[in-house]
Amino acid sequence: MKLTLKIWRQKNADAKGKFVTYDFDGASPDMSFLEMLDAMNTKLIKARIDPVAFDHDCREGICGACGMYINGHPHGPGKAITTCHLSMREFKDGDTIYVEPWRAKAFPVVKDLIVDRTAFDKIQIAGGFISTNVGSAPDSHAIPVEKRKADEAFDSAVCIGCGACVAACKNASAMLFVSAKISQLALLPQGRIEATERVQAMVNKMDELGFGNCSNTGACEAECPKEISLVNIARLNREFYFAKIQ
Amino acid sequence: MTKLDAKIPEGPLAEKWTKYKASAKLVNPANKKKLDVIVVGTGLAGAGAASSLGELGYQVKNFCFQDTPRRAHSVAAQGGINATKNYKNDGDSIYRLFYDMIKGGDYRSREANVYRAAEVSNDVIDHFTAMGVPFARDYGGNLDNRSFGGVQVSRTFYAKGQTGQQCLLGTYSSLNRQISQGTVTMYPRREMLELVIINGKTRGIITRNLITGEIERHSAHAVVLATGGYGTIYYLSTLAVNSNPSAAWKAHKKGAFFANPSFIQIHPTSIPQLNEYQSKLTLMSESLRNDGRIWVPKKKDDKRVANDIPEDERDYYLERRYPAFGNLVPRDVASRAAKERCDAGYGVGKTGLAVYLDFRDAIKKQGEKAIEAKYGNLFELCRIITGINPYKDPMHIYPAGHYTMGGLWVDYNLMTTIPGLFSIGESNFSDHGANRLGASALMQASGDGYFILPYTISNYLADDIKTPRISTDNQEFEDAEKSVKERLEKLVSINGTQTATSFHKRLGEIMWNYCGMSRNEEGLKKAKQMLKELKDEFWTDLIIPSDLNDVNQELEKAGRVADYFEVADLMVDDALNRTESCGAHYREESQTPEGEALRDDKNFSYVAAWEYTGELKPYKLHKEELKFVDVEVKERSYK
Repeated sequence: MKLTLKIWRQKNADAKGKFVTYDFDGASPDMSFLEMLDAMNTKLIKARIDPVAFDHDCREGICGACGMYINGHPHGPGKAITTCHLSMREFKDGDTIYVEPWRAKAFPVVKDLIVDRTAFDKIQIAGGFISTNVGSAPDSHAIPVEKRKADEAFDSAVCIGCGACVAACKNASAMLFVSAKISQLALLPQGRIEATERVQAMVNKMDELGFGNCSNTGACEAECPKEISLVNIARLNREFYFAKIQ
Repeated sequence: MTKLDAKIPEGPLAEKWTKYKASAKLVNPANKKKLDVIVVGTGLAGAGAASSLGELGYQVKNFCFQDTPRRAHSVAAQGGINATKNYKNDGDSIYRLFYDMIKGGDYRSREANVYRAAEVSNDVIDHFTAMGVPFARDYGGNLDNRSFGGVQVSRTFYAKGQTGQQCLLGTYSSLNRQISQGTVTMYPRREMLELVIINGKTRGIITRNLITGEIERHSAHAVVLATGGYGTIYYLSTLAVNSNPSAAWKAHKKGAFFANPSFIQIHPTSIPQLNEYQSKLTLMSESLRNDGRIWVPKKKDDKRVANDIPEDERDYYLERRYPAFGNLVPRDVASRAAKERCDAGYGVGKTGLAVYLDFRDAIKKQGEKAIEAKYGNLFELCRIITGINPYKDPMHIYPAGHYTMGGLWVDYNLMTTIPGLFSIGESNFSDHGANRLGASALMQASGDGYFILPYTISNYLADDIKTPRISTDNQEFEDAEKSVKERLEKLVSINGTQTATSFHKRLGEIMWNYCGMSRNEEGLKKAKQMLKELKDEFWTDLIIPSDLNDVNQELEKAGRVADYFEVADLMVDDALNRTESCGAHYREESQTPEGEALRDDKNFSYVAAWEYTGELKPYKLHKEELKFVDVEVKERSYK
C-alpha cells in the first residue's frame, strides 16, 4: 500500500508543533496501524531522521498506552478498538492519513504523539480506591454481591485509562473516565463506605486539573475502545448530588 | 565465594511459613519511617509490594518505565488466578495446589517456596475482593470458579478474560492510596540502568528519565526488583513489546545469581504471526481449551476450509495422545504437540504454522450465549486481529514465547545473592520449576508482593535501623552513573546501518530455532556461535538517533537488545548444561520411545544458579540440590 501520512511532529512540550508529510510505500493490509508506523520509522531511522515518538506497550488493547487521533477520531476508524488493534485493512492504497496526539489542556504534548496523562493518575490518587489494608480482609464470601451488580461493576472497571474520551470531547472532559471508577466502586458493597468522600474528591481533582465539563454529546462513549457507557456519567452525577446534600 | 543457602526454615512443610512469621524480626513503626525501600516495577508484584510496604510505614520509591503504573504487563493476563478456597467442594486444598505446582513444574522447584505460594493464595483473593476487584460471581452472589490449565479441580477465580487487568487495577488503586498518604513516591517513565552496591549491600539504583534523558541517582536501604520476565527474547512473544530483562540483568552482572535461565514457557494458544513487522503475538487465553477442541486434518496439506472437513477426517491429536487430560494437558505438552503436527506437515493456515481451536461442539452443546459469556472478549479479539469469527470458524493458534520460570535466584526470603536486593514475581525463579501451572502467575506475583515480601524484607531491615538515609553523593553512585553514561554514549556513537529491532528479530530467530520448544546439543552450540557473531555485528553496525537528552525510544530498545545478547548466551549455556528434558525444557537427546520428555532426576534434580564472573568469561555454575520430602517424585504423565 502507498500512503500519504500527515503526522504531527513536536520536539517537546515547549516547542511549536506542525504536520509533516511522509510518503510511505511499505504498508500491507496485514499490518496493524502501529506496525505500519514501525515500518515507517525504520525508514526514517535509516535516513537519519528522528523517528516519530509514540506511546505503546502491550499491543493487545489492554494496557491503554497507545492513543492517536487518526483522521479525526481517537484510535482511528473502527468501533471499540485501541490504536494497536487498528488494522491497515481499514485503509486503502493511496489514502492520506492524518495522525495527531490527544488534544487537551490537561494532557500536554511530550513529544510528537506522546502526551502526558499523569492527570488521570492524580484523579485516581484523590480517591479511586477502597481503604483496606493488606491482611485485614474477611473471607471473600462474607459479603455476597448480586451478580447483576458485580457484572455491572466489571463493565465499568474495564476502562484502560487511554484518554480517548478526553480527546473525543469538545470540552476535553474526563467525566467518562472518572465515572467509570466511581461507578465500579459505588456498585459494590465494599466501595459504599467511602462513596461520599470519593466522588467529591475525584470530581474536585478533575476540575482542578483543567478538564472540562460534560455537555452530554456522547462523543466519549462513541469513541471509547472499551465501550464504557454514558450510564456511568449519570451515576456519577447522582452520586455527586447525593454527596453534596448529605 | 558465595555459597548457596536457600535458608528454608526447619520443621514440617505446612508449618514453615507460620513459624517463620512468628520468629521473623520486626521493625517498630518509628523506625520504619526512617527506612527507604526502592521497588522497581509496578505489576502485581511490584505495586503490591510498594503498597503493602507503604501501609507498614516504610518510605517507598516505586519505579516503572511506562507513563503510569497501571500499564504494567500484569494487566494483560487473561485467564485467572488460583486460590485454594475449595468453594466448589471438589477436594481442593493448599496441599493439592502445592502438589499440582510441583508436578506441573516437573519437580524442579523448591518445595518450601511453592507451599508458601499456595498457602497465601486465599489471602490474595480475599484482599482483591475487599479492594473491589469485580471477579465473576454466580447467581447466589458468591465468587465463581473455573478449571484451568491441566488441573482436576476448579480453583481459578476470574473476571471474564481480563483477570490480570482487574487484579492490576485493584493493585494500582492500593498503590494510589499509599501515594495519597505520602508513603509511596511514584517515578514513572524511568528505566533502571544500574544497581548500586555499597560495602556489600544494595543501596540504590541509577535510572534514566525517559522524557528528559537525565541520569538519576536513587538510594534506599533495600531494593526490590519486580521487573517481570524475559519472554521477549524470542522477539515474537505474547509479552508487551517493551517488557525486558535489563534491570534483572544489571543485578546479575553485579553479583546476583541467575537461576534456570533456559526454563521458558511457550504458550500453546496464541494467534499466529500475520506479517514480518509483527513482534507481538496476541495470546488467546488457555481457558479456551476448556471448551475448544484442538485439531488438524488427518490428511497432509489439506487445503479444504475447516468446516468442510468431516469429523472422521479430523485428528484431535491431544485427545488421541492424552486421553485422560485431552485438550487440557499442560502448556509445554500442548505446545510441542502442535509443533510436532505442523513440522510433520499437518499445519493449517497460510503458513502451515497453525492448528485449529474449534468451538463448534461446545456451541452445539451449551449454546452460543453461554460460550459468549465465557469467552466473548477473546472471540472478539480474534475477529479484530485475524478477521476470523470463532463462533462460525475455528480459530488458528500457534505456540509463542510467554513466561519465564527462570530468573534471579532467591532464597526463602526472596532475597538474591546480593544482600538487600530482593526479587519478586516473574523476575525471580522460585515457584514454577521447569514449567508454570496456568493461573499461578497472578497468584505468585500478588502473594510475593502483598503477603510474603513485607515479612521477609522487614526481617532484613531490622538489622539496618541504625543506618541513616543513604546519601547518593559518594564514589559508588559516582562510578555507577559514569558507567551508565559511558554505555549510552557507546551505543549512540556506533552510527552503523541496522536498527535495534532488526537485531532483535534475528536474535529472536536464533533463540526460537535452537533454544525454543525443543533443543539439542548441536543446535545449541551452533546458536552460541551465531549469537556471538550477531552480537559483534550489533556493536559495530547499530544505528540509533544520537540524542541522549530527549525522548529516544530507539536508545531504549538498543540498550535492551544489547542485554538480550548476554541473556541469550547464558540461556544457551543453561540449556546445554541440562542434558535432561524437564517441563518446558525439552532436550531431544532425552526422550522416551514415545517421544515424551524424559527427566534425569539422578543428575539434574537441582536449580542451576549461574554466577557472572566478568566480561567474556565463562559463567560459574552453582547447584542448589532439590529435596522432595512431601511429594513423591513421579513421571509427569498426562496420558
